[in-house]
Order: sequence, then C-alpha cells, then structure tokens
Amino acid sequence: MAIKKSLSARKNELSNPENQLHFLSNGIFREGKLASFEQKVKADNDFPLRPKKLEILQINVGYMCNQVCAHCHVDAGPDRKEIMTRETMQQCLDIIKSTSTHTLDLTGGAPEMNPNFRWFVEEASKIGVKDFIVRSNLTIIRSNPKYYDLPEFFKKHNIHVVSSMPHYTKDMTDRQRGSGVFNLSIKALEELNAVGYGKEGSGLQLDLVYNPGGAFLPGNQESLEKDFKNALKKDFNIEFNHLFAITNLPISRFLEYLIVSENYEDYMTTLVEAFNPAAVANVMCTNTVSVGWDGYLYDCDFNQMLGLKVASKVQHIKDYNEKLLTNRNIITSQHCFGCTAGAGSSCQGSVA
Amino acid sequence: MANDYYNSSDLKKFGEITEWSEELGKKFFDYYGKVFEEGALSAREKSLIALAVSHVVHCPYCIDAYTKDGLQRGITKEEMMEAVHVGAAIQSGATLVHGVQMMNKHKKLSM
Repeated sequence: MAIKKSLSARKNELSNPENQLHFLSNGIFREGKLASFEQKVKADNDFPLRPKKLEILQINVGYMCNQVCAHCHVDAGPDRKEIMTRETMQQCLDIIKSTSTHTLDLTGGAPEMNPNFRWFVEEASKIGVKDFIVRSNLTIIRSNPKYYDLPEFFKKHNIHVVSSMPHYTKDMTDRQRGSGVFNLSIKALEELNAVGYGKEGSGLQLDLVYNPGGAFLPGNQESLEKDFKNALKKDFNIEFNHLFAITNLPISRFLEYLIVSENYEDYMTTLVEAFNPAAVANVMCTNTVSVGWDGYLYDCDFNQMLGLKVASKVQHIKDYNEKLLTNRNIITSQHCFGCTAGAGSSCQGSVA
Repeated sequence: MANDYYNSSDLKKFGEITEWSEELGKKFFDYYGKVFEEGALSAREKSLIALAVSHVVHCPYCIDAYTKDGLQRGITKEEMMEAVHVGAAIQSGATLVHGVQMMNKHKKLSM
C-alpha cells in the first residue's frame, strides 16, 4: 500500500480525530456485535483506568518525518509542519529536572528533523535520566549528510536507540514503510553497530520495534526476536539487543488501511476476542505521560493523535503537576483494544 | 440454512463441536493445542506444515487460519508458497505413483 501524503495533506476525513472517534464508537460497537472497551474492562478490572506511579515522560517533538508509512498512527510525513518550539522544549527540560520519572522517551515523526533536536538532547542528557530513549526511524540517519553523524551523537549522549523494523526481509519492510526503506535501514543499522550500538558489552542499547505489516496481531515477541536476530546476523551481520512487538492500533492511517482493505470489522473482532484482562494492569498509560509538540499532555501517544487531552486540571507541560496528574482518570475508547490484545502492547513491547 | 457449503464465519464456531460431544471435543482440542506447542519441531515449522496440509486436504478454514498464523510468526510469502508446493508435490506424487499400479495391471492383462 504505497502512500505519498499524510491524511492531513490529502484532506481525508480521518485526519479529523473526531471523525475517527465517531467511527470507532459506532458500527459494530453501536450495533452490539462487539463489546466496548469499557464493558470488557469492567468485567475483570476497575474502570476507569487510573495511573500508577509516573515512570515515563514521552515527548513528541513533531510530526514531520522523511517517511510516509502505511500504518503510521501519527499521520506523520514530510508535509506535516507541527514542530515543538525551543520554548516548549525548555518547559519540558524544567519538568525533567523536577520529575521523578526515570525514562525520557523522544518520539515524532522523525524527532531528528526538529531543528532544536540536538540542543534538546544535549540539555536533557545533562540533567541525567536513567533511560534516555530516542525513537529513530533509521532511514533519517542515511537521508542527508547532515544526519550521517547521528550514531556518534547518540553514542556521545548514551542514547537508547529504539528503531522500527517490521521485518528482516525487504519485501515486507518496504510494503509497510515505503520503497527503499529496507536497504537504507540496514545501512543505518550497520552504522549504529559500527559505533558499538547493539554490541555486547558496549552498554549502547539498540532495540527494534516490530509492527505487523497488515491486519493481523504480532506473534510471540520472544520467537520473533529470535528469528530477527538470526536473520539479520546471517544476512547482514547486524546485531541488536531486544525486539519489541507492538500491535497496530486502529487509528489514523492504519484505520484508513483497515477500512479501505475491508479488514476493519475482522480486525476489531480479533482485537476484542484477544482481550487479555492481565494486560490491562500494565498498559503504558498507567505509567506514562505523553507530551504533544505544542506542550499539551495526553495519556499516551495514541490519545495525543486523537486529540484526547488528559482529564485533569493540568493539561499543559508548563503547568505540570505530578500529584494532580497521578490523580486523573485515563481516557479510553475502542482503540485501546490494541494495547490489551494477546500479550498486550506498549512502546516497550508486550506487557503480559 | 445458508446456500454456501463453506462460510468463513463458521471457523470461529469450531469450538462449538464440543457442545454435542463434550468428552471427545475436549480431548481433540487438548490434543490439537499440544501438537502445536514448541517441541522437537518449532512452532514456526509446525505452522508451515499445517499450511501445506491445509491445501492438500482442501480445507479453506485451515488455509485462512494458517496463513494468518504464518503472518503473525513473520513467515514470508515465499516460505508459505514453498510449503504449498511441498504439499502439492506430495499430492501429485501420490497420484502419479499409482501409475505404477496401472502399468502393472496393463502388463498383466496385455499380451
């Protein structure tokens, strides 16, 4: 499914989050063919979901990206202009200094395309967090000479690199992420390996993210990791640390794909039937706060894309108050089935 | 009654066979689950065998199920098609090897 532009640039009706939420609340759910997320959670767990201790601050520094992946929940692409300003970054830095969260997770788009990305990383790394993640799409490293030194830059700041790699073969990778992405990703992985990333004993963490390339759930994370490690080592001598298997949530461009390919009802049925009450306890919204490019706060990156700001008096990073935020109800809808199916799914992979 | 012999939504009802014969149904599904666990063969290898057999026994439910299972396991379309060819080769071989029986009979009856 080759896509050249974002939903937003195409003025697709799904670019409006309200239309997505309306779609997800009607049809098979309104007709009662499938139980709603609220109904399923209530059967075994407390509802609404509530946060536990805040451990991860995930900051989306902008929706601009050099790729236009078919499944992207951000609807990112070269045509997206939403970029976090230095002022908002400074507000984030002020909070990172005072917060008890131990993980800082930078995402996008391609976060490296934010003109203040390097400044932000340098300033944030001075503060010192236990785990400093940058979600790099890999191809950005080889897209322009100005990014060629990113592996060294990441190494200098002991960044934990987490990168998307939907398969260890070209065909399945390029179908999801665009023509030529596989070869560029392999080149970028070689560059990361060359400076020590993913190598035993280096202390430089390189993890890969696996998203299914279609309307099906990810298989067993451990088995997939084994297959990825064997294939990438054998074919390209590439090494990495862990593979995170993440379920595609039915929002944004993946929702568009589900509708256009007439897989929506079957996929939602699969998600609902695979609902795992044990995964509910560990969904990422219970220990994460997501910060949008404009500084607004969300329960997760998915709720951010659906425009669902946290249900709290505190809604912006400049007003960040951990106590108030911990005392909020988490906003959920049918898209949340993506995080509770099977072994569960989060930005750190399986949760159950 | 539906006019079609096969309905893809029937696959989801497979478990209902237990309702009319609980003991045998339960034994079958316990056995089925055990067969597909990791063993001397990996679950991945078993999935490909199941896909090949699904074609040989002409089971559309099984083809749907093990194509999806293969995708979830990261099995490529080339691996899946090779598995189908293995099934097809055995099936056509099984037909052709009977040609020897035909030849034997032909020779016996012919002057």
